[in-house]
Amino acid sequence: MNSTFEERMRESVNRPRIYFDHAATTLPRPEVIDTVATLLKESYGNPSSFYQEGHRAAELLEDARARIAACLDVHPEEIFFTSCGTESDNWAIKGTADAHRRRGRHIITTTIEHHAVLHSMEALEREGFDVTYLDVDHRGILEPEKVREALRDDTILVSVMMANNEIGTIQPIKVIGSICREAGVLFHSDGVQALGAIPVYPNELNADMMSFSGHKLYAPKGIGLLYKRKGVRIDRLIDGGAQEKRQRGGTENVTYAVALAKALEMSLADMEKESKRQTALRDRLIHGVIERIPHTKLNGHATERLPNNANFSFEFIEGESILLFLDKFGYACSSGSACTSASLDPSHVLLAIGLPAEIAHGSLRVTLGIDSTDEQINHFLIDLPLIVERLRDMSPLYSDYKRGVLPSLIPEEGSLDLEIAGGYGWSS
Amino acid sequence: MQYSDKVLDHFMNPRNMGEIEDATTSGTVGNPVCGDIMKMDLKIVDNIIVDAKFKTFGCGSAIATSSMATEMIIGLTTDEALDVTNKAVAEALDGLPPVKMHCSVLAEQAVKKALESYYIREGLMTPERAKKFAILGQCEHEENYEHCGCSDE
Repeated sequence: MNSTFEERMRESVNRPRIYFDHAATTLPRPEVIDTVATLLKESYGNPSSFYQEGHRAAELLEDARARIAACLDVHPEEIFFTSCGTESDNWAIKGTADAHRRRGRHIITTTIEHHAVLHSMEALEREGFDVTYLDVDHRGILEPEKVREALRDDTILVSVMMANNEIGTIQPIKVIGSICREAGVLFHSDGVQALGAIPVYPNELNADMMSFSGHKLYAPKGIGLLYKRKGVRIDRLIDGGAQEKRQRGGTENVTYAVALAKALEMSLADMEKESKRQTALRDRLIHGVIERIPHTKLNGHATERLPNNANFSFEFIEGESILLFLDKFGYACSSGSACTSASLDPSHVLLAIGLPAEIAHGSLRVTLGIDSTDEQINHFLIDLPLIVERLRDMSPLYSDYKRGVLPSLIPEEGSLDLEIAGGYGWSS
Repeated sequence: MQYSDKVLDHFMNPRNMGEIEDATTSGTVGNPVCGDIMKMDLKIVDNIIVDAKFKTFGCGSAIATSSMATEMIIGLTTDEALDVTNKAVAEALDGLPPVKMHCSVLAEQAVKKALESYYIREGLMTPERAKKFAILGQCEHEENYEHCGCSDE
């Protein structure tokens, strides 16, 4: 006999927690933690200092830079350490705007960028820049020709993320990059979610700048990267000393730079195997969820997506309550529901792929990692249907649907590729 | 953002969840576009609320406040129930995170919406009582927040 909701909830207490939120952050690898512990103890020097401790720190820093450059197949002088992915995005965008404002004031981006990009754009709009936000299709893909059509004589920058943090969609960055290069316009890509998960080679992608973050690839929080192609001129964001070739002030975080180099090397060494493994887990999860839970859709593209990302909408229920029950059952996941954001707005990404707000509220993001297993997916495929059913039993929308007075927007059999036109027609 | 144990308890084990087949009156408030909708069924005998049941689409605090509101009004006269404010519901739950206070407004509104139609149908609406329904005219989000998506729809 199948276990009941209550039985599963009770049993979950005896099980280790299951972490399914790797797009939010990751647990540093043990080898990375060891590196950090050793360096914090043994190499605390300031790389700018003129004595042995300083020289040693400078060597470690440059070694980390060279190793990271090798991973990306770029020159070490093209790698800049920052504090996080958000800083890298801010620097690339605002730095380009400041350095090139006399040449033009037009920037192109998409509606599904991370807030680090979108809010930087909004800050520039307040300074008088003109920003074009390109729409993506219902799977979250940007048609590269849209970039070409949006280019103007005064366009100074195009910024398109490589892989989306919520729905995992992978953009045709190489094509977009070549369109920009052809037009002589700088191209920045936020590669925070992509690095370590899929091949990222800025030269091949025709990218002039790329932002990366350490803690998404099993390094600690507090370290990020900006790749900036040689010859690309942008203004400083962080004023201070002469660190990072006078382009980013602040004492370098040597320990975390080395940790990031280590984590990146390890991720790349594993990537082919992990990408296959996680893709198989992801697809089993996606098909399992859609088979077991009626009125469920996959958000994002069925195949052009990160190996670790699954994002669903469950009709008639709300995402935060799904997360609360999942947490109680031992799972850490995330949602695009308004109720889980401080702003009370549903995810801009889910709205941008055309989901009506009432469907965006009922979304769930599951992001796998190197510690995810088949057994965890098995558990999840038992527990999630029970949780959704429990919440639907509480939902007045579901009873209205059952009574035939409310249509369903997602068909009972579910869908991997559904375009939804309009909501319930409710007005407030 | 962290919920109190009481909120989590009412969310995990909601009291009076469901529908009343022969409800005297019911009220539905909220909007799926905003992410919360609450339906409250009341059974009223001799002006006393003898039973209350809810169904809620929404976040943890929306479900918990619905549950708590039903517990608080069962056994009260309809006039007494009108004085059960959203603040009282939130306090009974040992407080809500500030960003979630609007959910408690929804619970108060659902009870009032049901009582309003009851008073009107029974010819019991008086100017004195009518004053107590002012909250129904407000969007529960607008009262607390500038950026409610509801007003844009």
